[in-house]
Amino acid sequence: MLNNVQRELPDDLMKELRYQPFKTVEIGHPEIQRAAPKVTVDQGHAKLVSSIEAVIKKVGLKDGMTISFHHHFREGDYVFNAVMQILIDQGFKGLTLAPSSLTNVMNKMVVKAIKAGVVTHITSSGMRGELGDLVSHGGLENPVILRSHGNRARAIESGDIKIDVAFLGVPNSDEVGNANAIKGNAVFGSLGYALIDAQYADKVVLLTDTLMPYPNTPASIKQTQVDYVVKVDKVGDPEKIGSGATRFTKDPKELKIAEMVNAVITHSPYFKQGFSFQTGSGGAALAVTRYLRESMLKKSITASFALGGITKPTVDLLNEGLVGKILDVQDFDKGAADSMAITENQQEIDASWYADPNNKGAAVNQLDVCILSALEIDTKFNVNVMTGSDGVLRGAIGGHQDAANAKLTIISAPIVRGRIATVVDDVTTIVTPGDSIDVLVTELGIAINPKRKDLLKSLVNIPGVPVFTIEQLRQKAAKIVGQAAPLAFTDKPVALIEYRDGTLMDVVYQVKD
Amino acid sequence: MERLRRTMMFVPGNNPGMLKDAGIYGADSVMFDLEDSVSLAEKDAARMLVMQALQTVDYGDTELVVRINDLETPFGRPDIFAMVKAGVDVIRLPKTETVDDVLETEAVIAEAEAYFNIPHKTTKMMAAIESAEGVLNAPAIAKASDRLIGIAIGAEDYVTNMKTRRYPDGAELSFARNMILHGARAAGIAAFDTVYSDVDNEAGFKHEVELIHELGFDGKSVINPRQIPLVNAIYAPTENDVQNAKDVLNAIEEARIKGSGVIALNGKMVDKPVVARAQRTMMLAEASHLVDQEGNWHAE
Repeated sequence: MLNNVQRELPDDLMKELRYQPFKTVEIGHPEIQRAAPKVTVDQGHAKLVSSIEAVIKKVGLKDGMTISFHHHFREGDYVFNAVMQILIDQGFKGLTLAPSSLTNVMNKMVVKAIKAGVVTHITSSGMRGELGDLVSHGGLENPVILRSHGNRARAIESGDIKIDVAFLGVPNSDEVGNANAIKGNAVFGSLGYALIDAQYADKVVLLTDTLMPYPNTPASIKQTQVDYVVKVDKVGDPEKIGSGATRFTKDPKELKIAEMVNAVITHSPYFKQGFSFQTGSGGAALAVTRYLRESMLKKSITASFALGGITKPTVDLLNEGLVGKILDVQDFDKGAADSMAITENQQEIDASWYADPNNKGAAVNQLDVCILSALEIDTKFNVNVMTGSDGVLRGAIGGHQDAANAKLTIISAPIVRGRIATVVDDVTTIVTPGDSIDVLVTELGIAINPKRKDLLKSLVNIPGVPVFTIEQLRQKAAKIVGQAAPLAFTDKPVALIEYRDGTLMDVVYQVKD
Repeated sequence: MERLRRTMMFVPGNNPGMLKDAGIYGADSVMFDLEDSVSLAEKDAARMLVMQALQTVDYGDTELVVRINDLETPFGRPDIFAMVKAGVDVIRLPKTETVDDVLETEAVIAEAEAYFNIPHKTTKMMAAIESAEGVLNAPAIAKASDRLIGIAIGAEDYVTNMKTRRYPDGAELSFARNMILHGARAAGIAAFDTVYSDVDNEAGFKHEVELIHELGFDGKSVINPRQIPLVNAIYAPTENDVQNAKDVLNAIEEARIKGSGVIALNGKMVDKPVVARAQRTMMLAEASHLVDQEGNWHAE
């Protein structure tokens, strides 16, 4: 069947997995029945366990169960690989892996686990590298389910993801499971994504290298939620938690795009006292933050809050008084992570508060301006952040679909990358529907979604910012790099892209070599 | 009307990515280099690349200049033929020392235009002066051909030739800058200043641009897009400049309607140079996005 973004969805798979097709970005007011976890009652006297092997026995992990991890340690994660190696060694089979996302440092281990039959199902925010390659070439029997951060929270709350055991690495904890991520050897700031696992998993295992005296406060994860605490040598490498994210770009093209993004923001009706924004990570996003700072100073405008994944430059804005509060679901660099312990207005939020569509109001609903990236964007403004020009999985939804809920959603992307067009007729994979995208900014100029006629007036005459239709930008891209030959896929689905409400947006098929 | 040439951005002719993006940074002119930034082994490839770029990439109304190799090398002549065929706006001669250098190049350009059935004198020229002899001949070089749109000083070779080096105060270039400027003005063509290669030294760059702006250069050669807004800011007129220029242009428009010959504004006679300066001020204001379509000041 066709969904509302004109993607053909396989009927048998839809039926088997009980999917509804994607209809609309309007969530409405459905009544949701949440799932509740099983609780094994404990008085908290003997939660401390000496080894991962021992805790696996204690939690009663069995073949076919669902296990979860978080990705807050990013490329510096030691916990994931340590636990998975033991599961492989012990010969577990048919597990479902349900981490908040998979970073590159986990790839080799997941590939090993898939090949050994230890992992047969995966749900994640994304995957890349050799794992993405393996899955895209049909290396996993069952299609991976890819969800945004907000959607993962929704899926866990609703029982779509039923976590049997959550293995959560934390920089510190006391012996009964009061933990945070702002003290210790491998501080990563916000525990945002892991908080949902702690709340909904049947068994919650914390792994830490730093034991604190009871009661350990502030407690992001609480003793009421935790079954066991495992002391390990090291949970992560603090140097790799925020690798490279804070570098300010000198690339003239990135700066040019960032300058235009800032011009679009500051000329939009949303740039006024008390506005809010989310900029994301990466060199270009940091450049936008710098330009935005200058504009805010010049116009004496301050923001009420900054949202999302947080970087040091955003924390600097807070300390400078240009941003009132930070709602922080994860930290992209050491500067942002370290500041959480000492910065009162840097509020840790969980993934549900951040972006869950099925709660009583998420922070993204209050968001004015959001800047997002794209691997591809098409003439319907649909965005792909998941599959590369070869059709292979190489990205993550992250908060893309969620933050696109902002009143002004800007996609910032070069018109071509090398010989690959970014602006295309049809994206390979639809992740975020064009209905939630308002403006595309490229180095050649901008395109405004025709559905946002109201924006035309304020954005059409910005000095130095040419306005095109998206079709014109598409033609410009094609003129530079030509028309790519269509990708060849088999009919085997390897990944399913959910929309944030759990409906089916698109299907990624096995690439044909 | 003359065009603005505040910035001429140098782009190595052998870098496809930079060739593709050269038009997006708002340089008034872009100079693709086939000469010093391209190694011997890449001369042919760079020529092909620049030729293709000129024919396929949309550079809008940016003036397109190509610096060719010396005609004494085996590359100079094929460079000229390829660039003329590709429809380049301006061919830049490197290391120009004499009037004959200009005339020899012009002859090859004319030959190429005839060969490709391109109207005579479509292709303009500019000459870079990079030696003591060139500086002393600057006035004659500037008048050597009516294809010339400007002359430029290339400081690196020049200071070597003069047994000195670059200094922050620019004293070593003082004579050469003034010679080139006077040569250009006497011939009624543009004068371009040399590059400033320490891209990260913003203060030093600004200082140098302020100096050459005061002297009267049309613009500055730049090697990084980040230098462009810095130059434009220094060349941007003030609100007062714009108001004066508008008054002048309104006064001559009024006089034109009335059919009056002599024009006065606030008791001062408005003559040709005043009008020319007013027109240039308005062009600069428009280029710096300082005025709306009616010429009213609306800087942000």
